Amino acid sequence: MIVTHGLTKRYGHTVAVHNVDLEVREGDRYGFLGPNGSGKTTLIRCLLGLVYATSGTIEVLGSPVPKKVRSVLPHVGALVEGPAAYPHLSGRTNLRLLDAAGPGAGPRWGRRRDRRHRVEEALERVGLGGIDARPVKAYSLGMRQRLGLAAALLRSPRLLILDEPTNGLDPRGIHEIRELLTELNQAGTTIFLSSHLLAEVELLCTRVGVVDRGRLVLQDDLENLRAPTGRVLVDTPSPAAAVALLDGRVESRAGGQLTIRHADPAELNAQLVAAGVPVRAIGVERRSLEQVVLELTSASSDRVDRPAAPPSPDWGPPAGPPVAPPVAAGPGLGEVRGDPAAPPVTVEDGAGAQSGEILEGGAG
Amino acid sequence: MIAVELTKLVRRPRTWLSILLICALPAIVAVLLNATSVSPPPGQGAAFLSAVLRNGSLYPAAALALVLPVFLPVAVAVVGGDSVAGEASTGTLRYLLVRPVGRTRLLVAKLVAMIAYVLGAVVAVAVSSYFVGVSLFGSGTAQAVGQPGGITSLSGIALTPAQLLLRLVGAIAYIAISMLGVGAIALFLSTVTDSALGAALGALAALVASEVLVTLDAAATIKPYLPTTYWLAWVDFFRNPIFWRDIERGIGIQAVYVVLLLGAAWANFATRDITS
Repeated sequence: MIVTHGLTKRYGHTVAVHNVDLEVREGDRYGFLGPNGSGKTTLIRCLLGLVYATSGTIEVLGSPVPKKVRSVLPHVGALVEGPAAYPHLSGRTNLRLLDAAGPGAGPRWGRRRDRRHRVEEALERVGLGGIDARPVKAYSLGMRQRLGLAAALLRSPRLLILDEPTNGLDPRGIHEIRELLTELNQAGTTIFLSSHLLAEVELLCTRVGVVDRGRLVLQDDLENLRAPTGRVLVDTPSPAAAVALLDGRVESRAGGQLTIRHADPAELNAQLVAAGVPVRAIGVERRSLEQVVLELTSASSDRVDRPAAPPSPDWGPPAGPPVAPPVAAGPGLGEVRGDPAAPPVTVEDGAGAQSGEILEGGAG
Repeated sequence: MIAVELTKLVRRPRTWLSILLICALPAIVAVLLNATSVSPPPGQGAAFLSAVLRNGSLYPAAALALVLPVFLPVAVAVVGGDSVAGEASTGTLRYLLVRPVGRTRLLVAKLVAMIAYVLGAVVAVAVSSYFVGVSLFGSGTAQAVGQPGGITSLSGIALTPAQLLLRLVGAIAYIAISMLGVGAIALFLSTVTDSALGAALGALAALVASEVLVTLDAAATIKPYLPTTYWLAWVDFFRNPIFWRDIERGIGIQAVYVVLLLGAAWANFATRDITS
């Protein structure tokens, strides 16, 4: 649905988007992540033909942009950098004007009747069906956001490009919008949404792209990113016994919560129970999207002048970088861009100190 | 899209308020003149004012002369300056373009809406001041030199009401064209900046600069090319016979400005990054 090759946008000397190869497939719910100011909005503007790329190619719905943008955009609904409406008019009037402004909406009667229907349906979908004639300037931020979404949905687009769609909504509103987007996606709409809210993307998206300082540092399916880390989380009332039993495989311990290096929770469970260690809960540890993104977006700035963290001596053989594959170099990182020679930053840095204490406790 | 722009213009309170204010100034002047009967001596003050006391149906011309130097240009500059930059600052520009509305189409629609506003404002002034003039000063029977029902032209020859109407229409059209020149400056600046206020003030600054240069003898060589030089040529419609030379030149120079500025506005807007 969206393919870019080497997309670059410069404003004077600042490079807002640098050599981005984006690929959004049909039916995806694509989460476009990155800190504020990382070039998300500029890239979205390029996709919509608002901003002209300095170099590189863009293809949306199979047609080149901005060359064929006029045949592409009628099938695209967009929310760019917050909603906007004429403040002195009502939400309904705003949508009608917007609908009338576009192509294929002449002043013929049939069309006009369609328009009323379209506008009401879009308002209904975003939960503004009962809106009165108040002008938009009296709307709350959340209502404006919903109105912006309604505008994007007006023409039942095949592709939705949404920039921070849940901005300004309360938790219930966020939930509603998520449901709405999932529903639309199941009906065949491809969704491309940018956000800096990781949790939101994690809950909604099937595919993730991470941008940092204008570069796409990661693009992969969420499934792959959230692959098991090769560790198992165990909650037990007698952690000391468990540590004694699994000496050397326990990586960290916080109260009754143990992180154990083990591939199969079922087998581990059987082992623990057989040894008389009660188990309250057990499960595979998965990398959270937050971990993935934080590593990637901080790596480019940190790894220049900071040497790689020394391996913790307490860990014995498994602590060195070559033996830590389940954490860092597993399937999780997908197509990592940037310098492949640099060591990946892993979560071990923080866990090192902790595990030292645990092992002491286990030995004592 | 043109219909949408006209709807927006009509539904905007500012449109009506500004037209009301433009019409209010001549009405206030008429009331004061009527109350005091002190008219400026012929040849001084705004054109036609001295003649108005004798015949109210000439008041539209006087009213236009009153609003032309400042009120009309300000209103037109505000509307023109707001056209693209206003959409940019409310953020609706990007949604219109993504809708999609072609950039050229949007610009044409804005231009049409602006022309509608200019014509509306000028006609509103003429019509309202006609009624104010006639009701306060009477339609001036037997005031013209020996000809009952006639109205004196500036050249002293009487005009019939039909002639007067025709000439008034000519004057309105000429003023509208002059204002279109102002609008074109504002529209061009409106595509350059995202600030509606900046575009409007920029257009006014250009006009003030032109007015200053017009009065300057040292600028005599460029005077024929300044936008405001022939602004007052519409008065020539009320001479008998009509003095066409300045009117033609005025229309010509405005046409050049309008074409050049709209071309520049189009070239700029069609290739610009929309970052608002």
